[in-house]
Amino acid sequence: MELQINAIENGTVIDHIDSEKTLEIMNLLELNKEQGTIMVAFNLESKKQVKKGIIKIDGRILKDEEIEKISILAPMASINIIKDFKVVEKKMVEIPDIINDVIKCQNQKCVTNFEKVPTKFYKEGKKYRCAYCETSIKKNNIILK
Amino acid sequence: MKNIISLRDLKKEDILGILEVAEKLEKNPKPELLKDKIVSTLFFEPSTRTRLSFCSAAQRLGARVLGFDSPDATSLKKGESLKDTVRMAEAYSDVIVMRHYLDGAARLAAEATVRPVINAGDGSNQHPSQTLLDLYTIKKEMGKLENLKVALVGDLKYGRTVHSLTKALSHFNAELYFIAPDSLQMPEYILEDLDKAGIKYHILEDFRDVLKEIDVFYMTRIQGERFPDEEEYQKVKGVYIINRENILGKCKENMIIMHPLPRVDEISTDLDNTRHALYFRQASNGVPVRMAMLAIVLGRDNQI
Repeated sequence: MELQINAIENGTVIDHIDSEKTLEIMNLLELNKEQGTIMVAFNLESKKQVKKGIIKIDGRILKDEEIEKISILAPMASINIIKDFKVVEKKMVEIPDIINDVIKCQNQKCVTNFEKVPTKFYKEGKKYRCAYCETSIKKNNIILK
Repeated sequence: MKNIISLRDLKKEDILGILEVAEKLEKNPKPELLKDKIVSTLFFEPSTRTRLSFCSAAQRLGARVLGFDSPDATSLKKGESLKDTVRMAEAYSDVIVMRHYLDGAARLAAEATVRPVINAGDGSNQHPSQTLLDLYTIKKEMGKLENLKVALVGDLKYGRTVHSLTKALSHFNAELYFIAPDSLQMPEYILEDLDKAGIKYHILEDFRDVLKEIDVFYMTRIQGERFPDEEEYQKVKGVYIINRENILGKCKENMIIMHPLPRVDEISTDLDNTRHALYFRQASNGVPVRMAMLAIVLGRDNQI
């Protein structure tokens, strides 16, 4: 069944979010502070994924650093910029090999959880490795800082 | 090489380079090599053995040493950041040797200072000087590092020393025997790394099955508190204690027994005077290896 969510005039559509990451992305983008129309749906049927989520934000074009964070949290997500009800740009962000100050290290004893320092992770196949404590996290287990 | 923080940063040539310098320094002492240098030892966590060994290494090369051996005496109590403490040490010394209870602290310290930093242990992460002295001991006693059959015995799950040594031995085509109760076996991610590197290994519960094949027997202590119940601990305990009776005549003539120390009762003292017992010599090898580390990070290895 195709679920209908109204189109937006100008703004951003984030599609193909891993369903369970949808609310996290809402928090990340602080959508609760937005004044414009926001449409959110999750647990949608999808051909590409088991379940997907979608977020439509009217009147806001996401910045590159926001898109980078979304890509780290939900690697399958696609980001479309909408003008006059049309997709004018599909934003794809390549996740850099070194990710600065985005991911939280989940090792309770990592120095980055005690000292006021930016975190740093290296991309290693399906994992990210903390540059400090050297612990690796699977890509689908990320917690943002 | 400016810093020595993690075995992960060291290529095979780097490791062999450090061992070679250690060997030269052991044969030809250089009591004035670092006479114009001050070494600071910042020990945020007590470690008598490692600290004394670094101090001895520094002093045997003519360097002076300052530092602390417990965070109680420092401004950390007043909330000073690690970076600020390291910058203070930078002002007072030429090289920083640091032990810290947090994982990753040494890397952070190295980023905070222009001085070289040597990691003397960061939490449960890395302890490169221990691994290097283990390799040095093996090389010295066996005459080589390549193609050895090495058994790692005891607590393989939580032991930083055995993780690091395993990683290092994978450069030298070792055949590894992981001998531990199931609940304390080598973590999966380390086995994955070995698979990727094409290193042959065996998972076992009882060393007696393979004792005859082993060149290096690396013993570690199993702590009772790691076990969910006392009964299970009592069951496995006896299998992980070695003594004259279960070793002598049952292993290769030249097999060496190593242990990072301190031992409790996992190696019976009746083995101490046998030709297999290497653990005390292993500890004393810490001095030339740490001398080499200091000389290299201070750029004086070309004067040896």
